[in-house]
Amino acid sequence: MSRPTPLRGVHETLGATLTDFAGWLMPLRYGSESTEHNAVRQAAGLFDLSHMGEIFVTGPQAGEALDYALVGHLSVLEPGRARYTMIVAPSGGVLDDLIVYRLADEEFMVVANASNYPRVAAELTERAKAFDAAVEDRSEQYALVAVQGPHSRAILGKLTDADLDGLKYYAGLPATVAGREALLARTGYTGEDGFELFVAAGDAEPLWAALTEAGEPYGLVPAGLSARDTLRLEAGMPLYGNELSADLTPFDAGLGRVVRFDKPGDFVGRAALEPLKDVPPSRRLVGLVATGRRVPRHGYPVVSADGAVVGEVTSGAPSQSLGRPIAMAYVDDGLSTGLAVDIRGSREPVDVVELPFYRRKK
Amino acid sequence: MSSIPDDLHYTKEHEWISGIDDGLTLTVGITAYAAEALGDVVYVQVPEVGTAVSPGDAVGEVESTKSVSDIFAPVGGEIVEVNQAVVDDPSLVNSDSYGEGWLFRVRLEGDADDLLSAEEYTALTSGES
Repeated sequence: MSRPTPLRGVHETLGATLTDFAGWLMPLRYGSESTEHNAVRQAAGLFDLSHMGEIFVTGPQAGEALDYALVGHLSVLEPGRARYTMIVAPSGGVLDDLIVYRLADEEFMVVANASNYPRVAAELTERAKAFDAAVEDRSEQYALVAVQGPHSRAILGKLTDADLDGLKYYAGLPATVAGREALLARTGYTGEDGFELFVAAGDAEPLWAALTEAGEPYGLVPAGLSARDTLRLEAGMPLYGNELSADLTPFDAGLGRVVRFDKPGDFVGRAALEPLKDVPPSRRLVGLVATGRRVPRHGYPVVSADGAVVGEVTSGAPSQSLGRPIAMAYVDDGLSTGLAVDIRGSREPVDVVELPFYRRKK
Repeated sequence: MSSIPDDLHYTKEHEWISGIDDGLTLTVGITAYAAEALGDVVYVQVPEVGTAVSPGDAVGEVESTKSVSDIFAPVGGEIVEVNQAVVDDPSLVNSDSYGEGWLFRVRLEGDADDLLSAEEYTALTSGES
């Protein structure tokens, strides 16, 4: 049985198509996923992301513990700011990609993917043992609601006195939103401006209702995981299990910049990753745009003009913004022309493009 | 829930067939139930006119944002017409599954005994949902 989020009743009332995702019963879409996708690009969308994990690391050495446990340099993060980072195995393989918020000098919140957070919590607990820091998985206590899209700033502004204009991208602060205590962060996974609100599970429903009402004049619609996936794909953002896995290092994924060798001390994965930092990976994560209308999907082979398999698709979907199917794929380094994707036995030509596929206008 | 018209026949693969009672040329589409399960249809591949098909042959595909499904020939015969409008605008499968969203017409050869009635298809889909 899939676990419901605190907003299950709301999704059912809205007539959502529910699906199992990483053991959670999540809204896949409420109506048309294309409409939801376009609403986020042009107006705003409301997401339930309560399946994500929230792990708190607290104490005098919380920052140092995270510097050792993760590839990033978290102890230098200013309170109120956030970082995209990763946790790797000693071998350098990616165990999860994370956003870490520094809430106070001695308090960090690590946000992990639904499929991984029990493992991340266990690893953090183990890795923090030598430090004066405590690790606590509070995922059960939190709901996460996101408002994403160009009108999200205006919608939030009706419900909080918090200084939204002072809240930069990748920053978060405690705020009162619609009368509820929330950790309000300017982060997202859609390629648009937007906010994520971490609230007590019991506050999720009233917050959702308030956001729905405040967003109505702005064209806010509830949006499901299907739209979330096509939005992040257009924005070129990796998804754990697709572009990231324990078999790949951050360098393999083209995300070596998150590994901070310049921080002091050892960290889990340093010895394995250090020799790799100047070695170009044999395959590179690229964007593909299909010439035809069939969609390259996860696991499909990328083939060269002579029919050799030179790569594999990690994610693919029809793109609303481009009007053509798009995909991300690992492709042998240096190949960029004459490629095709083997779509169920037929070779469909693709163009190789730089990521992201979509970048919002500032 | 999506409607299941009384005057059509159905398959377990969620296709509808009309014309059984009138003559030999049958029209085939996918049901509203299937269209709803697929989500927004973005690509439809239909068979070529003149193709000879046997019951159960994969003759095309319907692709949505999230998934792709084969289209099967519900009966044996020859493909005599395909719906170019649905190829050009696959969203017709979602917006008018039993009308403008039809996929192809087949001239029946042999029998069509294995098709489901509306009542049987209703029972099938209520068991799945």
